[in-house]
Amino acid sequence: MRKSTCLLGALAVLASAPAALAERGSDGHVNIIYWQAPSTMNPYLSGGTKDLEAASLVLEPLARYNEAGDMVPWLAESIPTVGNGGVSEDLTTITWKLKEGLLWADGTPVTSEDIIFSWKYCTDPAGGCAQSEKYNDVTSVEALDDRTVKVTFGVAKPFPYGPFVGAQSPILQAAQFADCLGAKAPECTDANFGPIGTGPFRVTDFRPNDVISLEANPNYRDASKPAFATATLKGGGDATAAGRSVLETGEFDYAWNLQLAPDVIANMAAAGKGETVSAFGTLVERIEVNLTDPDPALGAERSTAKHPHPFLTEKVVRQALSMAIDRELLVEIGYGSAGRPTCNVLPAPEIYKSTANDACLVQDIEGAKKLLDEAGWTVGSDGVREKDGKRLSILYQTSTNAVRQDFQALIKQWWSEIGVETELRNIDASVFFGGDPASPDTFQKLYADLEMFANNFDGTDPESYMANWECKQAPRPETQWQGNNMPRYCSEAYDALVAEMAKTGALEERAKLAKAMNDMLMQEYVLIPLVDRGRVSAKSNTLGGVVLNVWDSELWNVADWYRVK
Amino acid sequence: MTEAVHSTLVDKTEPRSQWLDVWDQFRHHRGAMLGMAFFVFILLAVFAGPYLWTIDPQYIDIRARSQGPSWGHPMGTDQLGRDTLARMLAGGQVSLAVGISAMLLALVVGALIGVLSGYFRLLDGPLMRLTDLFLALPLLPLLLVIIMLFRDTLRSAFGPETGIFFLIVFVIGITSWMQTARIVRGDVLALKEREFVIASKSIGTSPFRMILRHILPNVLSPITVSATLGIANAIITESALSFLGLGFPSDFPTWGRLLYDSTDYLQQYPERVIWPGLAISLTVLSVNYIGDGFRDALDPRIRGR
Repeated sequence: MRKSTCLLGALAVLASAPAALAERGSDGHVNIIYWQAPSTMNPYLSGGTKDLEAASLVLEPLARYNEAGDMVPWLAESIPTVGNGGVSEDLTTITWKLKEGLLWADGTPVTSEDIIFSWKYCTDPAGGCAQSEKYNDVTSVEALDDRTVKVTFGVAKPFPYGPFVGAQSPILQAAQFADCLGAKAPECTDANFGPIGTGPFRVTDFRPNDVISLEANPNYRDASKPAFATATLKGGGDATAAGRSVLETGEFDYAWNLQLAPDVIANMAAAGKGETVSAFGTLVERIEVNLTDPDPALGAERSTAKHPHPFLTEKVVRQALSMAIDRELLVEIGYGSAGRPTCNVLPAPEIYKSTANDACLVQDIEGAKKLLDEAGWTVGSDGVREKDGKRLSILYQTSTNAVRQDFQALIKQWWSEIGVETELRNIDASVFFGGDPASPDTFQKLYADLEMFANNFDGTDPESYMANWECKQAPRPETQWQGNNMPRYCSEAYDALVAEMAKTGALEERAKLAKAMNDMLMQEYVLIPLVDRGRVSAKSNTLGGVVLNVWDSELWNVADWYRVK
Repeated sequence: MTEAVHSTLVDKTEPRSQWLDVWDQFRHHRGAMLGMAFFVFILLAVFAGPYLWTIDPQYIDIRARSQGPSWGHPMGTDQLGRDTLARMLAGGQVSLAVGISAMLLALVVGALIGVLSGYFRLLDGPLMRLTDLFLALPLLPLLLVIIMLFRDTLRSAFGPETGIFFLIVFVIGITSWMQTARIVRGDVLALKEREFVIASKSIGTSPFRMILRHILPNVLSPITVSATLGIANAIITESALSFLGLGFPSDFPTWGRLLYDSTDYLQQYPERVIWPGLAISLTVLSVNYIGDGFRDALDPRIRGR
């Protein structure tokens, strides 16, 4: 028995070794399916994860995070630190050095000009950049030589790895995007759909919200990679179809983010064509409360700070909504082992995790009723609470997804028990997360009272993530509706904490600040966290080299993927 | 057999109206009678049923989720413990209401445009180009745009469910009248040259009376047939919209929505797909049979044979 196991092991090594050492393009074609279809390849113009991840096949940052959450140099030679002299003693500058001989897919060299350009592109005052918080406090980026850039911050930056690190702030080619600065950014369709990058693949055909065809980048820095000559990233459909296409029929090799009921996944995996891969990160399914008035009668000013919400600005109401929710049950229904109930919007890494809000783990319908009673909200004849002519009637939106619709139905029932009337709306995920400023249905516009989605941050440092709820991050017409502060939360105390974290160096101090910010958001109930979600994706049994990474793009190491023969 | 019935009827009863004849013929179409019986049953079930089966279709009983058929839940429960029978009944109300009203709207518009363009030469060109225009429009993208533009206005005017109901009925009706219009126009063009119409014209019948008295009764059969197909089409389009998340709110059951929600569970609980699927197909089939029977009954050449 043991002999045969050894033999099998040896065979496996023999079988996988040639694959791993293969020539570029020797493994043919890889099919990837994202059930949310990417609508752009330019991560600076979209907050959607699907767009970021699709772009990560082509565009790369200077450094990114590996599966353990550690930073690894990517286009840079090494990670600059105070120790190696890359970060100045006063924590205001960081100096990056590009690897030698890097080429763009079109054969031109990557230079420090491109890095400078990427910063200018995202920080152009006339344009809405979805990732502008990555460049907070950067005052200048200058070239020391062709391969070296120095980033200077206006304040001491204890964590200077915001700009150019992670899938959210990759390097764009200056030559290609030169005419696409500011307000013209969304108009450069060719560049946005087919950016020239340094990554393992380059785009051959991009159909927005549908299919991306790619081929191996002939100028990729490692001559033996990627193993696949061509790749297809198919977008659209739903999570069920995506899961089935990998686990059950084997048509696709990799399916992203299978947000499906646990028993459904188990059933598909029984077919034996593939397996699920999972890991826990910072992804939290949450309800974000709109503190501004989404009344359509307000026209272009709806959901902006000019008009506060008629009743959701009252903390008691938000608190009651949170108390009425049974998070344990939501996990059981929707995620099984791929989720756990949470009361924090910042659930990981461990040092940042607050325990101050754990009371929310227990559902308390009676308590919620009492709170509303005390605040003067009385139950009207139709069972809906009223005060001063205002009814607790809310519109609750999310993306189209079976688990989310089940959550909506359950939560609606709990809320009806405490006297809140809920109308549900679900929007196609490609539109909802698409970030198109012309669409009324994006999650940034939030033309509803509440919305539910999941979000996380890449990397392990929560500074820029927590900065999402600064006043100035509120999506509004002036920012082309970009920004991540969906509740339009605006508190001087919170902004002060953000500013303080930006100049604090010691890790324990930073952890304390991050916890304080998390607690502030939680105790104000502007965010109602529901479930801490593990990432579940599926890969075919014939696809090797997949390392699921919750701290960066899932496709971060696609150059190392190969066909198991 | 038919002969015998016919002669006895003629002998013993007072003068017969045309509609009695039609009914008499209709009665002998077995498929149509079956279809009619089933359609009436479905109508009764979905509109009167909820008074007998009083479980709230939106009530979630989480402990009773994913149950099979039992006395408490004859069709079982869904993944959240909502009663499937109650949801089928509530869903049927919406689907049938949408189907029938959208069909009526399409019928009125289609017949009107068909008759006008067939009868009046001057209107023929413009109206048929309009029809071509509508035929060339891609239906689904058009629906998406209309819904996106008018959803909020209607929602605030009529509330979420009624607003969407009007919108969907209007949108489906306004995009499915073209076939009817074309068929009717063709028939009217042919009828216009028939002797009885020319004779009627020669004694000075006004166009309005002509259409009402001579043209419309003769094009009734194509209209009825396209009406029956229209109901089916409307139910299916409503399902497609629900599928895209643009129809009614997600917890508001319609047959199309029930079908869509259950596709995830197709393997474990096939009955959840079968019930709404069966309801949709049987309704559509029964309506088609009724249409078939009507056509036969309305055609004087077939009647009495």
